Amino acid sequence: MLGPDVVWYVALSAVLFGIGALGVLIRRNVLVVLLSLELMLNAGNLALIALSRHFHNGAGQIFALTVMAVAAAEVCVGLGLVVALNRRNLSLDVDTLSELRG
Amino acid sequence: MTLVLGFSASNALVWIVWLAAAFACLGSAVAVISFSNPFYSALALIGNLGSLAVMYLLLSAEFVAAAQVLVYAGAVVVMFLFVIAYVGPRRETPWSGGPGWQTIGAVAAAGALLVEIVVVVGMQASGNLSHETKVGAEFGTPAWIGRIFLIDHLLAFEITSVVLLIAAMGGVILGSHTRRAT
Repeated sequence: MLGPDVVWYVALSAVLFGIGALGVLIRRNVLVVLLSLELMLNAGNLALIALSRHFHNGAGQIFALTVMAVAAAEVCVGLGLVVALNRRNLSLDVDTLSELRG
Repeated sequence: MTLVLGFSASNALVWIVWLAAAFACLGSAVAVISFSNPFYSALALIGNLGSLAVMYLLLSAEFVAAAQVLVYAGAVVVMFLFVIAYVGPRRETPWSGGPGWQTIGAVAAAGALLVEIVVVVGMQASGNLSHETKVGAEFGTPAWIGRIFLIDHLLAFEITSVVLLIAAMGGVILGSHTRRAT
């Protein structure tokens, strides 16, 4: 394979996953937490595709496409929740959203 | 785990593209979690997705790169931008809100997660990742993806469609809920 070894891709995806996890843990705005979740999903996708290329196995790419569809579903429900919260004039701060009943 | 650099011209070119994409990827990821305005965070996510699409092209996954740009940058981020515009600007200071121990704990937890991933990958795969397999010209093309998606992994494909349908129904139900009289 031309260019970097697969280890570089996997290391990059680990760092990206760490940055996304940091964003989920450290931010309090629901929208930014959702964006950081997208970062984590993308890090997983990068590792899947790098290893799919490395082992010449198409299942990794299929799994990455499935992860994309699940991420779209997650964003759909998450943004629906954000809109529902905003309609009820609730705060979008995850620290104050500590109970399940609206 | 040998990291030997070849010195042919095409190899150097791929390295340069990879390094540019990696820096763009990490820089935009840091930007996503450190902008105080979520609108700029969503815009930084587009940069992150674009640089990841370049990575996928380098890994000869053309169809996934195209799907990444279409689905993520084209649909998901646009939906984010619409919702951010709908809820209005809400600023937040990313690194200074809340008690200090929370910030330190979050950094420690994320760092522990990163170390854990690196250690587990290194332990499980260091022997397997050194020797690579050759891929053919058709690897990652839409025809190849379509064949394995619709023949070998048909169940995953169908279940994905059901997941998307249920998520769309959930989004409609959440979004059309009328405000309860208080």
